Amino acid sequence: MSGETVFKIQNLNTFYGAKQILKKVNLDIPPKAVTALMGPSGCGKSTLIRCLNRMNDLVLNFRYEGDIIYKGTDLYASSVDVTELRREIGMVFQKPNPFPKSIFENIAYGLRIQGVKDRDYLSGVVEESLKRGALWEEVKERLNDSALALSGGQQQRLCIARALAVKPEVILFDEPCSALDPMATAKIEELILELKKNYTIAIVTHNTAQAARVSDFTAFLYMGDLIEFEPTGKMFTAPKDSRTEAYLTGKFG
Amino acid sequence: MTRNQWSKFSDRVFQAVGLFTTFFGLAVLAVLLYDVFTDGFSRLNWQFIMSYPSRKPEQAGILAAWGGTIWIMVTTALFAIPIGIGSGIYLEEYARKNRLTNFIEINIANLAGVPSVIYGLLGLAIFARAMKLDRGVITGGMTLGLLVLPVIILSTREALRAVPSSIREASLALGATKWQTVRYQVLPAALANIMTGIILAMSRAIGETAPLIAIGALTYIPFLPTSPVSVSKSAPFVNFTLQGFLDPFTVLPIQIFNWVSRPQKGFLVNAAAGIIVLLLITLFMNAIAIYLRHKNQKRW
Amino acid sequence: MKLDGSIKFQEKLIERLLFLCSLLSVFTTFGIIWVLLSESIGFFQKVSIVEFLTDTEWTPLFTNKHFGILPLLSGTFLTTVIAILVAVPFGLASAVYLSEYASAKARNIIKPLMEILAAIPTVVYGYFALLFVTPLLKMVIPSISGFSALSAGFVMGVMIIPMVSSLSEDAMHAVPSGLKEGAYALGSHKLQVAFRIVFPAALSGITAAVILAISRAIGETMIVAIAAGQQPTLTANPLVPVMTITAYIVQVSLGDTPHGTIEYKTIFVCGLSLFLLTFILNVISYKLRKHFQEVYD
Repeated sequence: MSGETVFKIQNLNTFYGAKQILKKVNLDIPPKAVTALMGPSGCGKSTLIRCLNRMNDLVLNFRYEGDIIYKGTDLYASSVDVTELRREIGMVFQKPNPFPKSIFENIAYGLRIQGVKDRDYLSGVVEESLKRGALWEEVKERLNDSALALSGGQQQRLCIARALAVKPEVILFDEPCSALDPMATAKIEELILELKKNYTIAIVTHNTAQAARVSDFTAFLYMGDLIEFEPTGKMFTAPKDSRTEAYLTGKFG
Repeated sequence: MTRNQWSKFSDRVFQAVGLFTTFFGLAVLAVLLYDVFTDGFSRLNWQFIMSYPSRKPEQAGILAAWGGTIWIMVTTALFAIPIGIGSGIYLEEYARKNRLTNFIEINIANLAGVPSVIYGLLGLAIFARAMKLDRGVITGGMTLGLLVLPVIILSTREALRAVPSSIREASLALGATKWQTVRYQVLPAALANIMTGIILAMSRAIGETAPLIAIGALTYIPFLPTSPVSVSKSAPFVNFTLQGFLDPFTVLPIQIFNWVSRPQKGFLVNAAAGIIVLLLITLFMNAIAIYLRHKNQKRW
Repeated sequence: MKLDGSIKFQEKLIERLLFLCSLLSVFTTFGIIWVLLSESIGFFQKVSIVEFLTDTEWTPLFTNKHFGILPLLSGTFLTTVIAILVAVPFGLASAVYLSEYASAKARNIIKPLMEILAAIPTVVYGYFALLFVTPLLKMVIPSISGFSALSAGFVMGVMIIPMVSSLSEDAMHAVPSGLKEGAYALGSHKLQVAFRIVFPAALSGITAAVILAISRAIGETMIVAIAAGQQPTLTANPLVPVMTITAYIVQVSLGDTPHGTIEYKTIFVCGLSLFLLTFILNVISYKLRKHFQEVYD
């Protein structure tokens, strides 16, 4: 692993009400690389990634124990401003969720709420973000059309571009391709590989092939336990745990 | 008949009964509309629309009544819409699940079932007497405002609930605050449905008679509330005043009620003509609401 | 970059403001209870509760004053019973028809039309009852008076049909389709399924709808004020004029009753009686609906 660890997760337990989801998870997420959180549904991988930008705060009876250190500071400390934090740590969701507004306004929204009004500056950021999101060529003629008119794959790339517009350092992907066809999936994966040059990326997937294609490191979770965390190549060729091997060979999942 | 034939037969019979009962209400509605139109249509003319009430039925009109209805509706809207939407937003987006929230919710459900005439007694004791606002437009408007508040709150909540949570997540994940998320994403997405609820609530308020009678609204008003803007020949040329909100008023349904209570045939004809105007307004508003609801179905 | 303090302050302020908005409804309830109680206490200092509940005459506006609520209660119950006798059979039959027989397309046309029935101002129904239904009834029953519980109650019942129908239909709609399919698989006919399976399964929801309709009829004011009459008489005869609690409030409000007099206080006593009656019914209906939702959620 190169450079300073971005997220240091230590002894993390999480609960929804009385139900424990994650059990004593320890994990370090390295910078400028893709870390895949992989496992069968219900293993707690989505809960884990939603801890990283504190989206779980929105869940009514969510509770956690342990520490998540983000760039040296406690993520859940009372001095941390959640809105500020979420600008630094962007997120792309399972189903594309564009706002029911124009393409332009979708991208510009993150800046507008920060008080940016300068139209030229906004236009510049919109163009740049759409280019980085590999969507510019397809939509540059119709920036004022509704984002809901785009195809599913385009919508997801729009959501990625929207996250990029607020200049985050980390991007979290929560099963970004689960609602997309193989062609659209390929485009998103290609984009993720491009983005890791500049961003720290964590991606949740239940798809072993996808983890193998895009990630540098893979964490395998099973029923709330972190079973194994290794460089992707190593895990896929020589899994240490029998459960990992069973999952990779498609025995369950 | 065998058991099976009997079953089939009774099935048919009920189908006829069901069809009859379903269309019975609609048939009564049709008769009602026909009755009112034949009674009152000939009386509907410009003089009727533009005249104040009079002791002679053929000279009387509904100017003070529809003018008062507009005043009352504006006041009701100014009072109930912001508070209704605000409280809908609080309960749907902000409130934690606790006993206070639960209490407020039960409260609103209960208020929706309180007879309208009781709101009139509340308005009489609080607005007219205790706050000394007397029988003015503001008393009537706030009384009807309280009356329609539960309707607006409930429809606002329903509209907000229909906005998928993925929109909220998307906004929050970009670093928006809670209020920014509500203000820029959730509210605009729910607006059309909220509007539908508001129009229905206002159309109900327009027809309300009992609470306004209970606060002591007068039945004979030969003038309109003071206009908020007036022009004069000397400086400052344009004058603004809020006096109109304190002026006494009457509304269309009260005028109709007054005429229905008179024995002379001429006034009954006036009542029918007034009803046509009231029905046109009510049905028009309902049509808009139904259209809006239809248009906004299944957007997500 | 830190979020500056003013945005945080604004967020808190807005949350407080929105909270205050929702508190207004609590104040409204307390306001209603306080107003009705405080004026009623003044009334009961002059009139004993026993007289109020047992005297068979209600004549607060005459020189020989009697304060027995019974005639107003009987008037209210009479009009309500008539309304329910119309609204419940028609409402339920049309609910069964709409939920089990009608096509989705027909339902989408009929339901908004029925809503119009509920949207018509009650003063219009009053006119219709007095000037159309009463003369029509006179042709069949010559002994009927110009004002009667029958005419007002009938029209009120028609007005409430959509409410009974749509709430009951919602309840029947919530019955899991698996139950119905099971019955159809055994060779049942639609009518059998509707009345032996769906209707019993939705019973608490339907009861809630009927109770809400009763509460609505008790609180209805303008139809009875116009068409049922202004004479408080203790009678079960639907053909003569009666006075309901609500109609009495209207009658006093139309006159110029000075603030603070016993006549003024009577309308609040009537309001309190009305509030208690409807409140109890609303609570029962609310609980039944909650129970029903829990069963099928």
